[in-house]
Amino acid sequence: MNKNKVALIFKWAFLIVILALIYMPIILIIVYSFSSSRNIGGQEGFGEFTFSLFGRLFENEGLMQATANTLIIGLVSALLATIIGTLTSVGLYYMRKGKKTFNFVSQITVVNAEIVTAVGFFLLSIFLRDVLQLPVQKGLGWLIIAHTVITTPYVILTVSPRLNQLNPNLYEAGLDLGAGPMRSLVTVVIPQLIGGMVSGFALAFTLSLDDFVVTNLNKGTYGVNTISTFVYANLKRELAPEIRALSTILFVVVLVILIIFNILKRNKEKKAAKQSAANGSVK
Amino acid sequence: MREQRTFDKIIEVKNVTKTFGETTVIDDINLSIRRGQFVTLLGPSGCGKTTLLRMIAGFTTPTDGTIFIEGQNVTDMPPYKRPVNTVFQKYALFPHLNVFKNVAFGLKLKRIEDDKVNARGEKQKTMRKFTKEEIAEKVNRALKLVGLEDYGHRDVNSLSGGQQQRVAIARALVCEPKVLLLDEPLGALDLKMRKEMQIELMKMHRELGITFIYVTHDQEEALTMSDVVVVLNDGVIQQIGTPKQVYDEPANAFVADFIGESNVISGTMLKDFDVSFLGAEFVCEDKGFAKNEKVDLVIRPEDIKLLPETAAEGQLLGTVISTVFKGTWYEMEIMANDYEFTVQSTVEAKPGQNVKMLIEPDGIHIMKKLRTVNEFEGEIDGENSVYICGGSFEVDTNLEKGTAVKVLVPFDGVELTDDEDDGVIGANVTHVLYKGSYYQVQIYTDTDEDFYIDTTDEWDIGDRVGVIIDKSKVTLEVIEEESEKDDKE
Repeated sequence: MNKNKVALIFKWAFLIVILALIYMPIILIIVYSFSSSRNIGGQEGFGEFTFSLFGRLFENEGLMQATANTLIIGLVSALLATIIGTLTSVGLYYMRKGKKTFNFVSQITVVNAEIVTAVGFFLLSIFLRDVLQLPVQKGLGWLIIAHTVITTPYVILTVSPRLNQLNPNLYEAGLDLGAGPMRSLVTVVIPQLIGGMVSGFALAFTLSLDDFVVTNLNKGTYGVNTISTFVYANLKRELAPEIRALSTILFVVVLVILIIFNILKRNKEKKAAKQSAANGSVK
Repeated sequence: MREQRTFDKIIEVKNVTKTFGETTVIDDINLSIRRGQFVTLLGPSGCGKTTLLRMIAGFTTPTDGTIFIEGQNVTDMPPYKRPVNTVFQKYALFPHLNVFKNVAFGLKLKRIEDDKVNARGEKQKTMRKFTKEEIAEKVNRALKLVGLEDYGHRDVNSLSGGQQQRVAIARALVCEPKVLLLDEPLGALDLKMRKEMQIELMKMHRELGITFIYVTHDQEEALTMSDVVVVLNDGVIQQIGTPKQVYDEPANAFVADFIGESNVISGTMLKDFDVSFLGAEFVCEDKGFAKNEKVDLVIRPEDIKLLPETAAEGQLLGTVISTVFKGTWYEMEIMANDYEFTVQSTVEAKPGQNVKMLIEPDGIHIMKKLRTVNEFEGEIDGENSVYICGGSFEVDTNLEKGTAVKVLVPFDGVELTDDEDDGVIGANVTHVLYKGSYYQVQIYTDTDEDFYIDTTDEWDIGDRVGVIIDKSKVTLEVIEEESEKDDKE
């Protein structure tokens, strides 16, 4: 009896320690986002509890600009990646020959070391500009292209499984009922993929959000900064305290989105369960 | 009336062939389907029946040949322009739409002719969409037809398999197709539900009067439901006929074996109305065969009458091997002259009992033998060796190297080996027909030629085997350049 209790306490303690370790850095940064102290571990200690960092955050123009850039790049590239990735998945799914090969080829960049991709894009921009004489320039546009390219395979990765679960006759059923190929694709196939597309978009957006390696090498000389490159550039001197507030906001926003997603999903499941139960009683 | 006669054939399939890569799935098929009929395409899996249906629907185009719907060549017409609709095996309902919207899907895309009066008061022919009210009315009527009146608002995923298939049928019928195509629509349902749906489908066919083309591998389903059964095997039509015709008068051993239980036996036609098999002579109702022509014949299990051992009548004496009670009759295996008969009778005979078997003339149905000997063209490629089907087989011959020959190998002159390497060439078993005392096995070589083999060994379809030819049983015929034949053994 006693032994069991000890084991139970030990299990809980273990779980709590592990979770604490995982969340330690995040907790630390959240706690210190309410601190008046300029440096963590400085002489002043924690200082006072204050919201002032959040206020100052909006006055730091460089950081605000970087945040705007991050969001623009993230949203636009994720949107492009979702469209391109979805269409590619559909194409791959209905491919007869070489399906496996192309699937494989489309996923290589996922496991590829990011630094290789980063240098690749760096060189490509030079190649396009100097060898092919195209008006290519590192900067916001180039970063959107790069991020789209990096994240598209992830969209394929999330959308393809949905396609494989699809009834193989679904598209044909659309054609059969009088819808042309494009219409069947949009009104019959795409609606089945929405779930995968949303996950793909979210994944692409987050990947773009914290990408540093590719962004840093391709942002151009005269500073289009994203949050990650801005933080890094600042770190060379000292960590601007506002970063702590920004990190807290980012974390909370993501957390809220996650919670909303889960609630929606649960409601949908409940509804489905209810309906099939109702069906059972009718039958 | 006249015009209707011209379009009496609603679908015509002319010389249609379909190949996927190396394999021929449909081999030069001709088929006409009359307006209003319930036609079943019946055959084992892989026989090409679904491919044929998909070509009529427009999902695949033939490699060769033409397809007509109401006299119009639709071979290259995409499915969304054809006046046919399909009910798929796994329903293929749109999961994101409710029942009503699923059924309305096709109607929303349809354009109908409309008389419009223009500004000058002239009547004009224009095309318009259905109005919301028209769609609602048609959808509700279709749902009523399949017995799902109050299900419009329901999520399709919450329906049972049978209900989903009803929605799929309503969705296709609401478009008022000229032909309704059904691809094994009841395959995913349990037996009871399947029987119910069979009856309902037949009722719908009668009431609507449109042509149904129904694909199934279930011979019982085909016989129950159809006006016409098209039996397919290996991409070739084996027989077209009413259910009664294909059952009572199967065109060949394949049809006899595939449809219903049957005893397929090899025999010899002695003269008109007189056939010999298993060492006895029988009176039959068939004529028009050559004297002593080898034939296949089929005797249905219910057409064999059992008599006591001592009876004066009856042509064959047999011993009962096993007896199984099947509810309303007994099914017995009876061995007679080395042939194992399946017999169904309301009278029970115990295992070990000797019985006389009486087969009336109308119980015997004679069929042309599909093939009596394996025939290949090849070339002498060495001393006592001939090259056919991608391999050099040993033969006894004094013909010179390079001589073109026709090689005749009887069914019992071929031996199959378990290990492909033990044979001269390798092949795949594609068809096995039990003939009572032996199996008739069909194999395909890698050079796409086929052998028939009579063997007592049991092989499974799909087995990879080696092929050896018994050189003492091979006949060689020199192919003369003037195409004269010269027998040389």
